[in-house]
Amino acid sequence: MSHIIQIANLYKSFGKTKVLQGIDLNFEASKISVVLGPNGSGKTTLIKSILGMVIPESGSIKVMGTEIQNQWAYRANISYLPQIANFPANLTVQELVNMITDLRGKAAHEESDLINDFGLGPFMKIRLTNLSGGTKQKVNILLAFMYDSPIMMLDEPTNGLDPVALIRLKALINRKKAEGKSFLITTHIMQLVEELADEIVFILEGLVYFKGTVDSLKKTFDEPNIEKAIAKILLKNNVV
Amino acid sequence: MLKILKYSFFDLIRSKWSYVYFFFYLVISSSLLYLSGDISKVIISLMNIILILVPLIASIFGVMYYYNSREFTELLLAQPIKRTNIFLGQYIGLAVSLSSSLLFGLGIPFLVFGIFRSSEIWNFIILIVTGIFLTFIFSAISFLVALKNENRLKGFGIVIFLWMFMAIIYDGLFLLSLIVFKEYPLETISLILSMLNPIDLSRILILLKLDISALMGYTGAVFRKFFGTDTGLLLSTLILIMWTVLPVWAIVRVSGRKNF
Repeated sequence: MSHIIQIANLYKSFGKTKVLQGIDLNFEASKISVVLGPNGSGKTTLIKSILGMVIPESGSIKVMGTEIQNQWAYRANISYLPQIANFPANLTVQELVNMITDLRGKAAHEESDLINDFGLGPFMKIRLTNLSGGTKQKVNILLAFMYDSPIMMLDEPTNGLDPVALIRLKALINRKKAEGKSFLITTHIMQLVEELADEIVFILEGLVYFKGTVDSLKKTFDEPNIEKAIAKILLKNNVV
Repeated sequence: MLKILKYSFFDLIRSKWSYVYFFFYLVISSSLLYLSGDISKVIISLMNIILILVPLIASIFGVMYYYNSREFTELLLAQPIKRTNIFLGQYIGLAVSLSSSLLFGLGIPFLVFGIFRSSEIWNFIILIVTGIFLTFIFSAISFLVALKNENRLKGFGIVIFLWMFMAIIYDGLFLLSLIVFKEYPLETISLILSMLNPIDLSRILILLKLDISALMGYTGAVFRKFFGTDTGLLLSTLILIMWTVLPVWAIVRVSGRKNF
C-alpha cells in the first residue's frame, strides 16, 4: 500500500508546552483518515506541520515521497480547510475565488456544481464581511474542494453547517474518495467519524495512542460505539 | 509575490481608511495652499505634519493590517506560495497603498496650484519622497513588531511607543544630552544620533534641500557644515534606504521561522 504522507519522529513544542512528542505516522492514499484527540492534543499542530505552517523542531515529513522542509511547491497537491474561516473583508466571494485560483495557478474544478450544492449562488457578489458564519464555512468548503488536489486536509469541516449542507458535504467527501483522493480530517463529531472514517488516528499528549479502523477501536476498548471508546481512553489516561 | 502585492493593494485601497487618509492630505494641502498661496511656506508646514503623521499612520495601519489579515494569511500559507513572498507582498501592498494616499492627497492640490510651473518643484518632490520613505520604514517596523508579537495589545503598544520615542522623546533626549555635554565636542555624536532616527533624518533631508538655515537646528547645521548640501542629501538618502532595507530583511528572517 502506498503512503501519501509519511511522518517520522516529529517533535514540536511551543515554549514550555510540548505539543508533539515523537509522532510516527503514515497516511495511506485514497482513504479517509480521521485524526482524533482531546482539545490541545496536537491535532491542528500536526496538520499545520504537514502544511509547513508550523515548523517542527525535529523529525521528517514526506508528502508524496518528497521531504517538505523549506519547500512550498508541494502544497499544490494539498487542499486545506482551516478551522476558522476568516477572509479579507473587502472582497466579494467571487473575487476571493478568482484570487485563490489565480494564486494557485490552476483552473477551478467543478466550481459551479459546488456553488449550487452549497447554495452559494446568491452570495457570490456579496462582500465576505457581510456573510454569516455558516456561509463563510461553505465558502471555505468551496475553496478547499475546487482545486482537485490529491490530498484534502479538513480541520473541523462541519463547523456551523446546517443539516442539508452537512449531508451534501459527506456525500462530496465520499465521492471524492471514490475518485481516489486522500483525506485527513479532524473533528469532534463522532457520528461523522462512524460514517466516514476508514482509519482513526487517536493522538494523546503528542503521541499516537491508537491507529486502526473504527471496528478495531471498538473491539480494542470493548465498547459499542466510538464515543464511548474515546471516553474510555480519556478517562483511563486521566485527561478529563 | 506580485500577485499577493496586487491583492493586498486592492484590498486596502478599497477600505474607507485609505480614503480618509487621502482626503485628509487633500484638505490640509488645499487649504494651506489657498490660505497662504506661498508654495515654499506650505511645503514647510506640510513637512511638520508629514514627519509626525506619516510614521504614526504607517505604524497603526501596519499592525492593524497584519492582525486583521492573520486568518487570511493562514489561508495563503496553505497555498503553493513561498512564505517570504506572502509577507513581502502584503507589506509592499500596504506601503504602496499608504504612499499613494499621500502622493495623490498632496499631489492633486499642488498640481492644480501649478507646481510644475513653480521653482519649488524639487522641494515638493523631496517632501513626497521623504514621506514615502517614512511610510515604507514605519510600516516595515510595525509589520515586524506584529510578526513578533501574537498579543495585539502588546503589538499596538510597542508600535505606538516606538513612534512616540522617535517622533517626540528622541528630540528631547537629544537636546538634553547636548546641554549636559556642552563642554565636549558634539559634532560627531550628534551626527550619529540623528542618523539613528529616521524622522530626524527626514527632517534634515528636507531642510537641506529647502536650504533654510533658520529652521535647520543644530544637527542640520552640523550636517551641512560636515558634508555640504549635496553630500548631505546623498548620505541621508542612503541611510533612509538602509532604514527601509533593514526591517524588511528582518521581516523575511522572522517570517521564515514563525509558526502559524
